[in-house]
Amino acid sequence: MSAVTTSFPNTAAAWQLPSRGKVAMAGLIIGEFAIFTIFVVAYLFYLGKSLTGPTPREVLETPIFYTICLLSSSLTIHFAAKCLARGIGFAFLGFWLLTIALGGLFLYGTAEEWHRLIYEHGLTISTNLFGTTYYSLVGLHAFHVTAGLVMLVTVAVFGLSGRVEEKHSGRIDVLSMYWHFVDAVWVVVFTVVYVLGR
Amino acid sequence: MSSNAITIPGTHIEARPWVDELHQWLTTVDHKRLGILYIISALLFLAIGGVEALIIRIQLMHSHNDFVSPEVFNRMFTMHGTTMIFFVAMPVLFGFANYLVPLMIGARDMAFPRLNAFSFWLSFLGGLLLYFSFLGGSGLYGAGSAPDVGWWSYAPLGARAFSPGHSSDYWTLALLVSGFGSIGTAINIIATILCLRCPGMKINRMPLLVWMNLVMAGMVLLAITPLSAAQIMLLIDRYLGGHFFDTQAGGSAVLWMHFFWIFGHPEVYVLIIPCFAFMSEIIPVFSRKPIFGYPVMVAATVCIAFVSMSVWAHHMFTIGMNSYANSFFTLTTMAVGVPTGIKIFNWIGTMWGGRIQFKTPMLFSIGFLFQFLIAGLTGIMMAASPFDWQLSLSYFVVAHFHYVIVGGILFALFAAFYYWYPKMTGRMLSERLGKWHFWLFLIGFHLTFDVMHIPGLLGMPRRIYTYEPGRGWDTLNFIITIGAFIQALAILVFLANLIISYFKGARAGNDPWDAWTLEWSISSPPPVYNFAVVPTVASRRPLWDLKHPEDPDSRYE
Amino acid sequence: MSMLRMKSSTLRFLAQTILLLFWSALAVWANEPKGPFPHGTNIFAPASTPAKSIADLSVFVLVITGIIFVVVCALLVYSVIKFRGRATDAGREPAQVYGSTQIELAWTIIPILIVVVLFLATARVIHAIQDAPEPAGAVQVTAIGHQYWWEFRYPKLGIVTANELHIPVSDPSHPTPTFLQLLSADTDHSFWVPELGGKTDLIPNHPNRMWMDPQRTGVFLGQCAQYCGTQHAKMLLRVSVDGPEDFAAWVRAQQSLAVEDAGAIAGRRVFESNACMNCHAVAGTAADGRFGPDLTHLMSRATIAAGAAKNTHDNLRLWIQDPRAIKAGSLMPAMKLSDADLDAVVSYMETLR
Repeated sequence: MSAVTTSFPNTAAAWQLPSRGKVAMAGLIIGEFAIFTIFVVAYLFYLGKSLTGPTPREVLETPIFYTICLLSSSLTIHFAAKCLARGIGFAFLGFWLLTIALGGLFLYGTAEEWHRLIYEHGLTISTNLFGTTYYSLVGLHAFHVTAGLVMLVTVAVFGLSGRVEEKHSGRIDVLSMYWHFVDAVWVVVFTVVYVLGR
Repeated sequence: MSSNAITIPGTHIEARPWVDELHQWLTTVDHKRLGILYIISALLFLAIGGVEALIIRIQLMHSHNDFVSPEVFNRMFTMHGTTMIFFVAMPVLFGFANYLVPLMIGARDMAFPRLNAFSFWLSFLGGLLLYFSFLGGSGLYGAGSAPDVGWWSYAPLGARAFSPGHSSDYWTLALLVSGFGSIGTAINIIATILCLRCPGMKINRMPLLVWMNLVMAGMVLLAITPLSAAQIMLLIDRYLGGHFFDTQAGGSAVLWMHFFWIFGHPEVYVLIIPCFAFMSEIIPVFSRKPIFGYPVMVAATVCIAFVSMSVWAHHMFTIGMNSYANSFFTLTTMAVGVPTGIKIFNWIGTMWGGRIQFKTPMLFSIGFLFQFLIAGLTGIMMAASPFDWQLSLSYFVVAHFHYVIVGGILFALFAAFYYWYPKMTGRMLSERLGKWHFWLFLIGFHLTFDVMHIPGLLGMPRRIYTYEPGRGWDTLNFIITIGAFIQALAILVFLANLIISYFKGARAGNDPWDAWTLEWSISSPPPVYNFAVVPTVASRRPLWDLKHPEDPDSRYE
Repeated sequence: MSMLRMKSSTLRFLAQTILLLFWSALAVWANEPKGPFPHGTNIFAPASTPAKSIADLSVFVLVITGIIFVVVCALLVYSVIKFRGRATDAGREPAQVYGSTQIELAWTIIPILIVVVLFLATARVIHAIQDAPEPAGAVQVTAIGHQYWWEFRYPKLGIVTANELHIPVSDPSHPTPTFLQLLSADTDHSFWVPELGGKTDLIPNHPNRMWMDPQRTGVFLGQCAQYCGTQHAKMLLRVSVDGPEDFAAWVRAQQSLAVEDAGAIAGRRVFESNACMNCHAVAGTAADGRFGPDLTHLMSRATIAAGAAKNTHDNLRLWIQDPRAIKAGSLMPAMKLSDADLDAVVSYMETLR
């Protein structure tokens, strides 16, 4: 069961289809965006509707520094991927570790903020509507950052032991798509929580 | 079931011990075996869900019946709905998609075989988790056991305050887990279709089944995810003291409804679109003509996918939205009927001028057309929101959606079973038993679901474990129950057919139906590698071109 | 063999037609009124303006969908019969037609026009019902849904009652409609009395509004339509539409404090010293619980337990002794009174006219 018609042009060389890793990651990103959208909708819907307890204006401090960290990590991972594609292993590893550091710093910032909110302002997930929606949304994002960091660290371990090569750059591109998505979500969350929500 | 087609003469193949065979099945990543696993697990849950339906129908046979207690009844309708949607309909459709999509595009397997296996087992685990609730769901004051909050678990009924114990948690977790499995499968289907098509199979040359599964998978990504989000919110409410749907803390019960139906409505299109796919493959073959209006069918499907994401609140016409919102959702719901109608017309257009063969797959397809037409029209009736203020939450709605799911989806699935069983097993299903199955099921179906519209018009609400005499509902409910048992009998005939034909059915050969898509070009069952040589196609019906080299489709496309 | 095929498919459609006729006959039979009093729950027997508007719109929608059904079905039947395969065809394929742009346009545009017509007709009714202004003479009722009973308050008249609603009949020339505000104390419920109007849900933290203007007196039945828990099925509604004098008399009776019957002192003492007062109210006494139905005029009601049982001595006694016998899953606890106490408290209840 091979060729169908005699006059059919040779398509083998011209038949290019997208990379399945990228398509799959795009699909995952679309699904995840839908999940985040629902949490954002809940956050926006409940703004100003808490019956008691601290309000966003009273307790939130805009995390500018940590946001810059996270958004820069998108830049560094982009450079890392570029370097790997060109075969510059050293630079790739450098940018990659920098990405991890920046992401880790962002998570630290979130932890610090939550510590302050819980112990200084008494705001927990069960305090009021604001507490519920805030911790859920920011927490969901932080969870995705953590999952991303786990994957980045795994690659770093392979990289440090010299196992990541130019031929893996396709997979690195897929992983960096995920990381860009995490950053894009943070842009939305930041705007909704710290800009619009106050 | 042999998965090797090449036998070298003179060699001796040892029969494998059954433990090995079982191990092969449990660890398989082959899309054909996973497809069959999905289908078998769906049939298992179909039997269980069917028993739950029969218990419901016996209880409702006459007014003030006491066959089961109200608590048990409420669990029955919750489990029946949840089982049928999430552990029968979705898995069986994923199963057929898994089996057929790689074959129809000339691929070796799905894009991510291990993700495929993982997704299946997640889905199956979800089903087991749901049923474990009967044992493990107990909580405070003897509350618990299986969930009894309806398959929508409306807030605040699903909250800790009104559903103590763990029954609701099993409902939530089972759906969350199987939801992740569905998302995995959807990603897999999309990646397979976009990245693994054989040379020459441009996007507008794919079989309609492939197109429709692509659309379905895209919808799964956008529809199941809101439910997952809502489930996470419910768990936060139930376990972490959250207030997402806590009306006492200013939360909104209506928000849950919006989130649920933003999932719930596209979900029913996720279920019906693969059935449209079956019809679009089967009706042409048994009419001996190509599908009428291929590009329009594709466009209509995509249109349905988009519009269906904007109709969800027609499930909420009674909750007190303002007149502008009600009007908007009335309009969008009526609008989605247009592309759907176009598809029905195109199928009839395919039959028109053909030479129809009334084999069992075609019988079920004609049943589908008739019933889906009626189901669509009762849907239009309910789209008129004032009419829906009477019909909603009554047995009219129950009749409508069973008309779609049983009269539409299940009939299309039966057609698909009779059509592709030979490919999967190498044996034909018995035509005689098939016709018995068809007629018995048709009679039982119409007896039950035609009549069921009437109690709705006479004011009978849904989800009631009993009802008052003197409202004119008694005789009608009795007839409905009789029909249910006739359908059960028909299902038994079907299951018997599946089993008997596996051992005694006529050998099928590669292409028993004289069909035109790539799966019919290889042996039945196919070898584990599918295609010995990667096919190259030049039209939408590659086998038509092969069989009719003097008049190939490629000349007209 | 092809003759057999033809017979089976034509037979099928004959069978379908016969079935359809049979079901229509059944529908007609089912529509017959069951008696003058009380009324049934047939959405096509409207007694109030909203119900009538809905019924009229429904007939219009049914006619249009009916025509669509007949046309498409005819095409289906025709194609199944005319284009059936015959033994003489063996081997030859029919003309391979791929599509037709004109036909596609036709069966796209016509349905769009039908949708526009249906939508416009529907939108009119939506606005007429939902945006109807409340006239000055309207009776105002606040309905609060509970698991598994209905609380009715008439804020302007100072009345609190349960499960059985009394509203005045409305004369079209001088309308006295009843406007209900719908609230809930716990889960979601839905107020559905089919012959008086479409249903509207009672959702906690989400007040709703509906109205009805019944134009015939009588008792209209309905029940909760949104699944609210174990005894959702027994949360029945009984709406008594009274003539103006009857309604005025009912209002006066309901506004009065509880009857004080000296012969029921023992029972009243039982009532007030057990936990009854925590849930129930009797106007003019110390009992002012809000969790359960107001009992001030219990004997003015035809049923108890939201319609689950007739309001008789035996049922009342059974209900107080063990509610599970009548409505298992109801939130009223079994009071576990001694026989003497039980009889006394039932006697007391029977004085609350």
